[in-house]
Amino acid sequence: MRYWSVVFALAAIFSVGAFVYAPLSGDWWLPNPSGDMHHSVSSFGREIDSLFVIILVITGVVFIGTQVVLVWEAYRFADRVDDAGRPVRQARYFHGSQRLEVIWTIIPAAILVFIALYQMGTWANIKFRSAAPKVQPTAEVTARQFQWIFRYPGPDRKLYTPDDLYTVNDFHFVKDRMTLINLRSSDVIHSFFLPHMRIKQDAVPGMIIPVWFDSDTAGHFELVCAELCGWGHYKMRGNVTVHASDEEFAKWQADLLAEQNRSQLSMATDNQGR
Amino acid sequence: MSTESIGSDPGGPAPQATDPGRGHAREHGHGHDHIHPAPSHFLTKYVFSQDHKIIGIQFLFSGLIFFVLGGLLAMAIRWQLAWPWKPLPILGSALWSSPSLGYQMPPEFYNKLFTMHATIMIFFVIIPLLTGAFGNFLIPLMIGARDMAFPKLNMFSYWFMWPAFVLITYSFFVEGGSSEAGWTGYPILSIAKWATPGSLNGQTFWLMALLFAGVSSLMGSINYITTIVMLRAPGMRMFRMPMTVWAMFITAILQAFALPVLTSALIMQLLDRTAGTNFFSPVGWQVANSPPVVGGGGPLLWQHLFWFYSHPAVYIMILPAMGMVSDVIATFSRKPLFGYKPMVIAIAGIAGLGFIVWGHHMFQSGMNPALGATFMLSTMMIALPSAIKVFNWLGTMWGGRIQYTSAMLNAMAFVAMFIIGGLSGIFMAATPVDILIHDTYFIVGHIHYVLFGGSTFGIFAAIYYWYPKMFGRMMSERLGLIHFFLTFVFFNGTFFLMHIIGMHGHPRRIADPLVYEYLNRAGVIGMNQFMTINAFLLGLSQLIFAYNFLASLFLGPKAPVNPWHANTLEWGTSSPPPHYNFARIPTVYHPPYEYSVPGVEQDFLPQTEPLPPGIVLDPVMA
Repeated sequence: MRYWSVVFALAAIFSVGAFVYAPLSGDWWLPNPSGDMHHSVSSFGREIDSLFVIILVITGVVFIGTQVVLVWEAYRFADRVDDAGRPVRQARYFHGSQRLEVIWTIIPAAILVFIALYQMGTWANIKFRSAAPKVQPTAEVTARQFQWIFRYPGPDRKLYTPDDLYTVNDFHFVKDRMTLINLRSSDVIHSFFLPHMRIKQDAVPGMIIPVWFDSDTAGHFELVCAELCGWGHYKMRGNVTVHASDEEFAKWQADLLAEQNRSQLSMATDNQGR
Repeated sequence: MSTESIGSDPGGPAPQATDPGRGHAREHGHGHDHIHPAPSHFLTKYVFSQDHKIIGIQFLFSGLIFFVLGGLLAMAIRWQLAWPWKPLPILGSALWSSPSLGYQMPPEFYNKLFTMHATIMIFFVIIPLLTGAFGNFLIPLMIGARDMAFPKLNMFSYWFMWPAFVLITYSFFVEGGSSEAGWTGYPILSIAKWATPGSLNGQTFWLMALLFAGVSSLMGSINYITTIVMLRAPGMRMFRMPMTVWAMFITAILQAFALPVLTSALIMQLLDRTAGTNFFSPVGWQVANSPPVVGGGGPLLWQHLFWFYSHPAVYIMILPAMGMVSDVIATFSRKPLFGYKPMVIAIAGIAGLGFIVWGHHMFQSGMNPALGATFMLSTMMIALPSAIKVFNWLGTMWGGRIQYTSAMLNAMAFVAMFIIGGLSGIFMAATPVDILIHDTYFIVGHIHYVLFGGSTFGIFAAIYYWYPKMFGRMMSERLGLIHFFLTFVFFNGTFFLMHIIGMHGHPRRIADPLVYEYLNRAGVIGMNQFMTINAFLLGLSQLIFAYNFLASLFLGPKAPVNPWHANTLEWGTSSPPPHYNFARIPTVYHPPYEYSVPGVEQDFLPQTEPLPPGIVLDPVMA
């Protein structure tokens, strides 16, 4: 009978094993650019990752501790009978211990308050409006079923003017810059999720929410919709391109402007022909 | 306190030889103890019964039937995630007659699957089983009452579930199909009729079903509170009640305070959908080329109202299980429950804090982030009473004489798995970490460790433990142990890796993870398939339970009055108890967990038995 403890032990070993193996595998750990496992591409990402690891260590220690006690009890205190069929041991008779209750209330309370206070700063940096970088928004992002619409400032470098540029499901910004966007939704609630930058913010109809983040790695990443938004929710995917330099970004913008002018011109021609 | 005084003073007025069964007598306005004869007609006896035991069993069967439906939906979800767009085995060609699309599951059907899986499991399985089935069956028996305070209201609380059962089942067949806005029903997806097929009509049925289920719960909770306050047997002081009763009592209070908020929110959403109000819709949005709406409300209002109920609801779904597990662990450790009063205080603490943590569901919602910081603190604090309870269960087993019955193993699994569910909650409470894991499979893993690893193992423990009392027959222990072993193994196989793919950024509620490159990797795909295989085996393992449950009804050996040698009052009456529960209202002499008291001949001491002379109870409890 006492071998039931093995079942509980195996479950605990499986759980701990999964988290021990996770950092060794790119597919199991926090989202990372391929080939660069332990590296989030953004400064917020690194802060969040380290908080994650701290909590993982604390909870891991508590988990292992409690499971060891449970498994030990399941082994040690299993009911056994002697040859005559009588219990070998009598259960101990006690109702509890005031001192133990106080100890195991105060210690977890202290740890929990520590965790809460320790990370207030990171939260404030990422989300408090007062912490938003004092820069012009790179883009206005409007979510709708089932695409992301980006509106960039045109040659006059101002948003909401007639020369604004538009892309769909194609987001560009520059490496090592704190990038600010204004997030909107034109229909239902969506959620702007950049897994590699550890950024998530719901896009709520009727609200304009500023979101800021950066990346120290140029390259291609993905934009995910994390809030259920209808039948096509699963495919509401955007491409993210982080440009290595301002020049590269400017060139992309110039190409986009040229493309946009060309299509406007052809639309004008179309109208004349009608 | 001398022994003699304990024996002669049960804590209330001294019991008399012909105790008048006070509460009952007062209700009827006559001073003698009498017993109503059991109804003899089939309809009044088994269908429209006012007997709390029959009502409890009605809830039990209804809940278990919906458990089957909810489980099948879950398996279909897992199938799609492991092998996206491959037709469902067996069912595929029957459900979708479109060979050109290869009998694929349509994406909106996937959304229906997880919406209805969660709705059914929460509102039609776990809450009805925990509070409806066990609350009804156990409360009067455990406090020594003949029935609930309001038997007729109790009958209505079950029959108000029927409109809910019918509406939720029928919603699968209405135009557009069942709701697919998630079990959270966030506007505007849920109120704009063309936002998604399920919002056409299914959402209205969903809202109506939840309204009826809510009314049913409210009736039940009022009944529980009144019964526990008014109808306790002589000597059954509040601090002599078993943990099950305490947990049900506090759960009922939680429900009575939180449910009206959900009810009003449901009515508001119903009005938004049908009467053109704008509680949850702002100015200037439009869906699928509909004309822009003149609004004035906000979607965040729904989230506040919804989570103000639905976070406490998480505790409604775990506290009764905690109570029942406490009873089971004490019984099968043959030891007093460690820290009975701290356990009660912890439950009350969870209930109190439960009302000020709803905002942690909204950290990424656009709510003022300063609020997020305060909700983080309150959420961290609610982990504390949960931790106290875990330590107390471990303390109860320490030095015990643990008997590995099916009930005990399920109760131990509850503790072991609730630890995982509780610890993963800390990641969510931490606002910056929540930014990454919010709306990912990490959350799905967490909630399943709480609600399956917790509540469902609690329900299994309770069924194995009280089945003999409910039906007068014993279940097969051998089958019970096999069922437990398979369930425990495949449960972990199904849900643990969800934490891993969640922290890798796998969003929940997406029909096809392969759309995203960072999820289209061997590790993630392999984990999804591993989980799905385990989920199917988990589902199959429940057939053993179903067989054991049903076959034992007819073939199980007759149950003795007190098969587990437990102390609480329900084990003092016949199995199953007669219509009126107790031939004579029992008198209670001491707390419920006096196991292995030194000097007592047997290793248990029923609450109805006075202390033998010369025995002194532990002063902590006296």
